[in-house]
Amino acid sequence: MNRVVDYVLPAAAMVSCLLLSGAARAGAAAPDCVDAPVTAVADGVYVRQGRHAVVFEGSGIANIGFVVGRRCVAVIDTGGSAREGAELLCAVRKLTTLPICYVINTHVHPDHLLGNSAFRKTGAAFVGHRNLPRDLSLLGQTYLQRASAAQGRVLGPDYLVPPDRLVEDGLLLELGGRTLLLQAYDRAHTTSDVTILDDATDTLWSGDLVFLEHVPVLAGSVNGWLRALEALETLSAARVVPGHGPADGPWPDSAAGTRRYLALLRQEIRQWLRDGGDLWDAQRRLGISERDSWEMFDRYHQRNIANAFAELEWE
Amino acid sequence: MLTRACIRTMAMLALFASAAAAWAGTDGDDRWQGGLRAQHFQDRAIVVSKDVIALEAPYRAEDAAIVPLRIRAGFEQSEQRYIKTVTLLIDNNPEPLVGRFHFTPRSGRADLALRVRVNAYSPVRVIAETSDGRLYMDESYVKASGGCSAPIGTDLEAAMRRLGRMKFRVDGPDLEQPLQTQLGVSHPNITGMQMDQLTRMYTPAHYVTRVKVSYEGEVVFRAETDISVSENPNFRFFFIPGREGELLAEVTDNRGKTYSERFRVPTAN
Ligand SMILES: [Zn+2]
Repeated sequence: MNRVVDYVLPAAAMVSCLLLSGAARAGAAAPDCVDAPVTAVADGVYVRQGRHAVVFEGSGIANIGFVVGRRCVAVIDTGGSAREGAELLCAVRKLTTLPICYVINTHVHPDHLLGNSAFRKTGAAFVGHRNLPRDLSLLGQTYLQRASAAQGRVLGPDYLVPPDRLVEDGLLLELGGRTLLLQAYDRAHTTSDVTILDDATDTLWSGDLVFLEHVPVLAGSVNGWLRALEALETLSAARVVPGHGPADGPWPDSAAGTRRYLALLRQEIRQWLRDGGDLWDAQRRLGISERDSWEMFDRYHQRNIANAFAELEWE
Repeated sequence: MLTRACIRTMAMLALFASAAAAWAGTDGDDRWQGGLRAQHFQDRAIVVSKDVIALEAPYRAEDAAIVPLRIRAGFEQSEQRYIKTVTLLIDNNPEPLVGRFHFTPRSGRADLALRVRVNAYSPVRVIAETSDGRLYMDESYVKASGGCSAPIGTDLEAAMRRLGRMKFRVDGPDLEQPLQTQLGVSHPNITGMQMDQLTRMYTPAHYVTRVKVSYEGEVVFRAETDISVSENPNFRFFFIPGREGELLAEVTDNRGKTYSERFRVPTAN
């Protein structure tokens, strides 16, 4: 199957079109814009910490931020709306006049990526997983409908900005004095997960491969996610910026909760399937020992079980 | 300078204008009273009651591509009185009819469990027709979203490689009692609603339309199904074997392909 090619070509065409039209209008950012509150977790590494909420019910949910090099800036995730993106852009502008070279999306989820359009006029290259154009085009319709309903206005397809530079496996991005190492994963939290390691400060941006406080949300593969964590945990880093939770945490200790939750889910569902149990009961009985360890558990746990169940019953 | 891609982008914008409005599902009985009822049951009387058929559905379901439902009959099947057909509807889904499920006295109990997609906040309703031709209905409201247009959940290539594979599971050794039977079918059950936002192309629909399970030549469970059944359809139902024998499942999809699987009862272990 060569579907990816079919998706990538129009995606790239659309982005270059948008970039061209954007460049003509590009000007200096407003000096008195509203900026997102960011904290420096390491030298030149800034994070806007998210607040836990169900996607499209709240705003400012995911951890987003940016890394400032000597030559230029890389933004890592843009938030759940153009406004969130604009506030992050404003935070960049208040700290530096350096250009933004890259806007990196850690994965397809809307709380991380619907702020992209705010960066279109910066001339930045949008960077994402090789599967991101496909996933975004498949999910885009639903995202636009839900975001439109949440914002009370009709959002057109230009609200979505797919990547024009793809991470096939690994990719190095040079910011001047520091290099970002991007790594793409197979089906894990989603089907378009990318992690970013900043070599200057040994800061790992895990995207949603690592959750802290907020219960992990499974939209890819429980087996794949556990494999990804196994690979990720061998990586030496000083700290991690998780997709959700505090702005940063110690590495690799911060991965332990996500791994424990997923491993327990998998183990209990496999046993449940061997015993002939059905999904309805599984959703109400399995993994309950994790309930007090996580926020948002009651909103996402049952859906996690459904997704893991669907995967494991045919493994 | 307007490139061809730019022109297409603008065309897409225009096309999109109506889409957001379609998002908000209707509350209450609008769709049911506004045609769904008449379409499926004309002006026949329908008794609203949990005594004959009862639906269990979760109140809330996030990213609702796999929502388990349970349907319970209020009495055991007998030659004198039994549930013939159970119709399952999700009012606000693009195609509200999930399926029609047919039972016989041999079913023992007209209970059913399955997994469905729920595309918007919607009433879910189950209507049973008993052997005397009467209709009974139970309903439940599910707050869910995006189940039909959600991308294909599991790895599509892997799913296509095992397309049509089936798994039976039959519980209980007593051949005179209704035995709980699970039939799992490996099939992506593509809705045709999964649109590529950039090309505006839809992944063509590919879904199970008919399920027939017979035991020693006699039909014990039969269903006509539509796109609201989740990927890898899974049905749990009952039947009374009465004697040792073989189950045969025959499953047909909308491309006219038929898949079959046999299973010995009682099970070896
Ligand atoms: Zn996510």
